Amino acid sequence: MENLNLNRHISGQFNSELESVRNQVMQMGGLIEQQLGDALSAMADNDLELARKVIVKDNEVNQFETKVDQDCSRIIAKRQPAASDLRLILTIMKTITELERVGDSVVAIAKMVIENHGKKVPSLIGLENMGQIVLKMLHNALDAFTRLDINTAIAVHNEDKKVNRQYESILRELMTFMMEDPRSVPFVLNVLASARAIERIGDRCQNICEQIVYLVKGIDVRHATEEEINSLIE
Amino acid sequence: MIDLSNLNVKGSDLSALTADNTALEIKNLNLFYGEKQALYNVSMKIPKGKVTAFIGPSGCGKSTLLRCINRMNDLVEICRVDGNIELQGINIYDKSVDVASLRRRIGMVFQRPNPFPKSIYENVVYGLRLQGINDRRTLDEACETSLRGAALWNEVKDRLHDNAFGLSGGQQQRLVIARAIAIGPEVLLLDEPTSALDPISTLTIEELITELKKKFTVVIVTHNMQQAARVSDQTAFMYMGKLIEYSDTNTLFTSPKQKQTEDYITGRYG
Repeated sequence: MENLNLNRHISGQFNSELESVRNQVMQMGGLIEQQLGDALSAMADNDLELARKVIVKDNEVNQFETKVDQDCSRIIAKRQPAASDLRLILTIMKTITELERVGDSVVAIAKMVIENHGKKVPSLIGLENMGQIVLKMLHNALDAFTRLDINTAIAVHNEDKKVNRQYESILRELMTFMMEDPRSVPFVLNVLASARAIERIGDRCQNICEQIVYLVKGIDVRHATEEEINSLIE
Repeated sequence: MIDLSNLNVKGSDLSALTADNTALEIKNLNLFYGEKQALYNVSMKIPKGKVTAFIGPSGCGKSTLLRCINRMNDLVEICRVDGNIELQGINIYDKSVDVASLRRRIGMVFQRPNPFPKSIYENVVYGLRLQGINDRRTLDEACETSLRGAALWNEVKDRLHDNAFGLSGGQQQRLVIARAIAIGPEVLLLDEPTSALDPISTLTIEELITELKKKFTVVIVTHNMQQAARVSDQTAFMYMGKLIEYSDTNTLFTSPKQKQTEDYITGRYG
């Protein structure tokens, strides 16, 4: 069932409804990827303008979520999807929730850029690095969704370990800052919040990948061990 | 290789059925209408006290298979059957089996309600009268129990002696079910029992089916896939006379193993 054959329903209308929600998820994914990229650039370059733009644009992300949700409920009510169609709809509904939350984390990063503007904030190579890893994860997760590529999904899933390690090392670094200079605490807490936001995006990508495995294989791996998940690689 | 099956909620495991909880076992059943083969080597176990649904496109052999279970195909002259169907270990196609008593143990309800042109009461007790039971009290009691069992009692208790043709289609179908359960069968075969009914009557019958399985083993043939998904515990998908996939309904409708099953239940052309 690697190929969903979305265009092979006897009902052409059903084909186009499924195709349409799937396309919207990809568009939404593209938008979020761009938002995350922009937020990371704003953070790296201390770019206030870009950070504000990111916050405003989150509205579009939210609208996508509502629209896709509505379309999916309509499909469930009218078509009673089964098997891979059902898994596709469930995966889409969960994926857009994850994507919307990624959007919220992106906004948190952008807000931090605005709040810390003009203040002497410790620059963290680790934070930027972690941001880039997460951006790549998001890109690959969306790619895996588009191509129903279970191997890519599992690779992204495994990548989250790196993010967690980075996060811990950033945490230690920030604690050192705070101990050395207690006056820096308010700003450092802000930085910490965005580090946390980035780390959470990594988790969201992991969740999306678990949904992709469910969609393709029909196996729920949400609470599986890494070993069990890796045994599904083809 | 790690066993991932424990990650998913497992349905009833059909291969692990013991003789005790198997109602029927079909073994290598082949059926021919003259030269034409209609069933190919069908083997399956039907568990006791559960609802088993047969689904598949028109002409796939699901009704034929159902009719084999109480030897309705004996009535078709050109029909030839080989293989076994065992009801509690006894092959129903054995020469020593009396077809009339077999059909007392395996009742059947058809697509169109077929009450007899008699009163509601006489319809229900018809089978008992045939068995020579004429004691008024026994019949009254059987009539009430069966009508209650078929969820019809409250609607007809004040007009038991009216003609059965005065009932609605849905009521007639439940009356026919009451008639079938009055003689206390072990297995009930339902051949598209709701395809001639409106949605509300359909839901009443579906509700009834879930009640019936507490006492009987139910085997149902249906064209309505959602109905199979709603009422059955396990589902068999048939295609061109072959049993393609047979598993618990939850699995079959969310993650079928066979591509043909997937295509059928999602409405794709093969």
